Amino acid sequence: MKSHKIGPALVATAVVAGLALTGCGSGGADGTDGTIELSLLVDKSAQMTTMAQAMADGFNASNQGITIKIETREEGTEGDNIVKTKLATDDMADLFQYNSGALMAALDPAGTMTPITGESFVSNLEETFATAVTQDGEVYGVPIGQAQAGGIFYNKKVYADLGLEIPKTWDEFMANNATIKEAGIDPVIQTYGDTWTSQLFVLADFNNVTKADSGWAADYTANKAKYADEPAIKGFERLQEVYEAGYMNKDFASATNSQGLQMLVDGTGAQYPMLSFVIPAYAELSDDAAENIGLFAQPGDKLSDYGMTAWMPAGIYIPKTTTGDKLEAAKKFMSWVATKEACDVQNEAYSPTGPYLVKGCELPEDVPTAVNDIQQFFTDSKTNLALEFLSPLKGPNLEKITVEVGSGITSAADGAARYDEDVLKQAQQLGLSGW
Amino acid sequence: MNSMRRLPRWLVGGSGILITTFVFIIPFLFIITMAAKGEKEAGQLRFSWPENFQLWDNLVEVIQSRDYMLVRAFVNSAILTVASVAGMVVLGSMVAFVLDRRRSKLNPLINTLVLAGLIIPPAVVPTIWVMQSLGIFKTLFGLILVEISYGLSFTVLTMRAFVATIPREIDEAAVMDGAGPLRLFFRVIFPLLKSVVVTIVVVQSIAVFNDFQNPLYFLPGDDNATVQLTLYNFKSQVSTAYNLLFADILIITIPMLVMYILFQRQIVSGMTSGAVKG
Amino acid sequence: MSSSVQSERPGASPVQALPVKASPTRRREGSVQAARPSSFTKRAYPLWFHIPAAVIFIALFIVPTIMSFYFAFTRWTLFEATFIGLENFVMFLAEPGLIGSLGHTLIYGFSTSALKVIIGMALAVALTKPIIARGYLRSVTFFPVLVSAVGVGLTFKVLLDQYHGVVNQVWTAIFGSDGPGWLTNPDIALYTLIGIDVWKGVGLATLIYIAGITAIPNEYFEAARVDGAGSWRIFRTIILPLSFPATSTVIILSLIGGLRSFDLIWATTGGGPGFATDVIASVIYKQYQAGFYGLSTAGNVILFIVVTAIVYPLNRWLVSKETTL
Repeated sequence: MKSHKIGPALVATAVVAGLALTGCGSGGADGTDGTIELSLLVDKSAQMTTMAQAMADGFNASNQGITIKIETREEGTEGDNIVKTKLATDDMADLFQYNSGALMAALDPAGTMTPITGESFVSNLEETFATAVTQDGEVYGVPIGQAQAGGIFYNKKVYADLGLEIPKTWDEFMANNATIKEAGIDPVIQTYGDTWTSQLFVLADFNNVTKADSGWAADYTANKAKYADEPAIKGFERLQEVYEAGYMNKDFASATNSQGLQMLVDGTGAQYPMLSFVIPAYAELSDDAAENIGLFAQPGDKLSDYGMTAWMPAGIYIPKTTTGDKLEAAKKFMSWVATKEACDVQNEAYSPTGPYLVKGCELPEDVPTAVNDIQQFFTDSKTNLALEFLSPLKGPNLEKITVEVGSGITSAADGAARYDEDVLKQAQQLGLSGW
Repeated sequence: MNSMRRLPRWLVGGSGILITTFVFIIPFLFIITMAAKGEKEAGQLRFSWPENFQLWDNLVEVIQSRDYMLVRAFVNSAILTVASVAGMVVLGSMVAFVLDRRRSKLNPLINTLVLAGLIIPPAVVPTIWVMQSLGIFKTLFGLILVEISYGLSFTVLTMRAFVATIPREIDEAAVMDGAGPLRLFFRVIFPLLKSVVVTIVVVQSIAVFNDFQNPLYFLPGDDNATVQLTLYNFKSQVSTAYNLLFADILIITIPMLVMYILFQRQIVSGMTSGAVKG
Repeated sequence: MSSSVQSERPGASPVQALPVKASPTRRREGSVQAARPSSFTKRAYPLWFHIPAAVIFIALFIVPTIMSFYFAFTRWTLFEATFIGLENFVMFLAEPGLIGSLGHTLIYGFSTSALKVIIGMALAVALTKPIIARGYLRSVTFFPVLVSAVGVGLTFKVLLDQYHGVVNQVWTAIFGSDGPGWLTNPDIALYTLIGIDVWKGVGLATLIYIAGITAIPNEYFEAARVDGAGSWRIFRTIILPLSFPATSTVIILSLIGGLRSFDLIWATTGGGPGFATDVIASVIYKQYQAGFYGLSTAGNVILFIVVTAIVYPLNRWLVSKETTL
């Protein structure tokens, strides 16, 4: 018994008779001079609003009787709920920005969005991104922003002072930590005051999982591979190992992400597992931070496996509720987004955090060191996608579990097993087979 | 008033001031000092006197940010709070009055619904469906009705406790003088409920004014923002401007404090009206 | 209305669902009441007084709630719903942290409620006396009620920080050693939250008590003073029994609030460290965030049952206690 758009039917039967049923005519917002006005809903982060506004300005100036107007929504999980609520109640803006990968899959794209599979501009997208916005063979989005990397940010000055080399295996990493600790510096910064930051050792380890077993993500989706087993459990074990060796900053339990970045920039902490979207944030903290902070991949057991775990940028999508002239206009905007011109606009608006996923796009010359480090991994083809772009499964409690493991409350084995249980609900919710 | 009595009174007052200063004032000092710091200093999250006291600049920046969003939010919140609190007090006290005075087969049902309203969290998406079908989704009027319906339970529960303390002789005298039910309630009974009405107005105004969940879902959009939503302007995953966040907290708390200070005199004056009840 | 109904006093029923009855005046008018004709009741207290409130409440609360309860039996993505019977309930009850969070919910609900009743009553008694700086004290104790949960959560996170917080700086100055991780030690975080909740909420309890105490007719106090009663006896024999409706209200409201508590916990610890301060409401919220809408609705139904199972008998007990006072 499956039924789409169950709401209106229920309302009709449930609302007391006699209450007038008036349709909600949220009329067309066409401009007076025949131009079409499109709303684009983006999240409120400084990065997204700045880039989206620059893109809207760039597009509005370029042509074509279409005006893009930016609307904003909350970030994080509150934002997820707003997007879902708006889609479910047919109240979405004409275009909207949202994550690609597993989070997009949870929006039920087939039921709520208009696919752009046949459009000519889709061929401008890099293959990896197109995969991240594809569901059941249909492509739904174009990228806004750049690829990101999840790895270990490090203070170059500390590394130079102690004569350390970038570690390419986990053992080398732990050996570096021992040296750093002896020098009286906190080797690994952890900041559980912002719980999401605790997941990095597990998430950024996924390149190593894929290298050890290239079919792991597919097996995981099919309920054949588990985090409680090798190779995936390694991420949890590494977190536990770092905690048990006493390599974390003393106030790890309450420190916040911005405090962690400050420690890294000041050199009181040497290394910080993090996502690259923080680059603009730490670059502001001191004059030399942009050059002094580098990024290496989370190393695994084997030197030959060394590579970066990569995240895809968010996409811009068209909801089903955008129709007629507005739909055509929305596609024109998307087609413009998938051009080098749009990338250049973004380059000027906001400091990029990684390479673009539109063919022909380039980064500006003077980017922070860490962005160059990321670019190098892409150039060398030493990247693998994070799990959330290969599998729709992501349990809601991962960040709580990694806090427990990273604080010594739970062992890696128990934590990994609990996370496997956590994922079960997601699998059933998505109706995956084999669960 | 002899000196024997004054001593413990001073003692109670003095020690009260001392304890409350520690327990209640220090957190507020923290809020104020945070609101007066520069962004970098505030980001360290320490309890310290600001190196550079810039409270005024921060307040101005908060008010001006996003094209004076806070000013619009204050207007929206004021209308929302006044209208919905007025609605829930009037409608809720009518229910409480009849519920207390008249024994009816409806009473157990009403009591259950009152409890249910307190216990069950509202369902967001079905509520939007209902509002859409009534054509009141994304309207301030719709949000006012939602706030009224969520506030009714508390109003009825609290009000009823105090309706019960008003003697029925008063009802009878009024009816004998020819008062209909509306006049009996609004002209005779309602004024006697002053202290509890003030209590409910204070409590519910805070609840509505501080509500952020319902405006977020039922009245979305920057133009429709209410004051609590402005907090999000300064709070984000990567960079939170803590000085502005706390300056905003300070600004949106003060109107409520002023309201409380004004109204609490009314609660005290409720003492004199208590004499009628003897 | 039947004659059996008329012959009873409306207020005297021992099985009222809400403990909102006792009053000194009521007891003295039984004879008047018994003689009242039913036409008076009908004329003076018309049932249509319920209608305006009922229309709004039913349309915007009851109807959506009933609709959402249907979804408790479905796997619901907001976009589509698949009927799965009781599976959500089974899954919710099998949640690994559920027993822990249920325990936290009970500890949290009962402790905050009890502390608010006791401290609120004490503060209200003090603040209805003509003490010095009364206005200041009333305002100061009420101020926390006004501050948003986000502000309170952030403030205490900073003040209670294990290494940099002012509380532990004082601790170190006195004891010489590092203070406890008030919010980061899983063994004590829940109790710290209880303290913060009481700090934030006791002003409300005090306000309700103040309203209750000021409603007590002055004649009682005057008569007691003529009899030479001391402060303690006045409290025991007059304030305590005659403010019982206020006590009932505070108990019921703070217990329901405590058992459903979410905002402050979420803003302060997010249910952490790990799952150490998870309560049922935060488990439900996390499932909602994760997009398990059917499951979280089932959780709401379960929370409703748990709260009702506790509050309803307590309510009856409060009513019966009231009639014996």
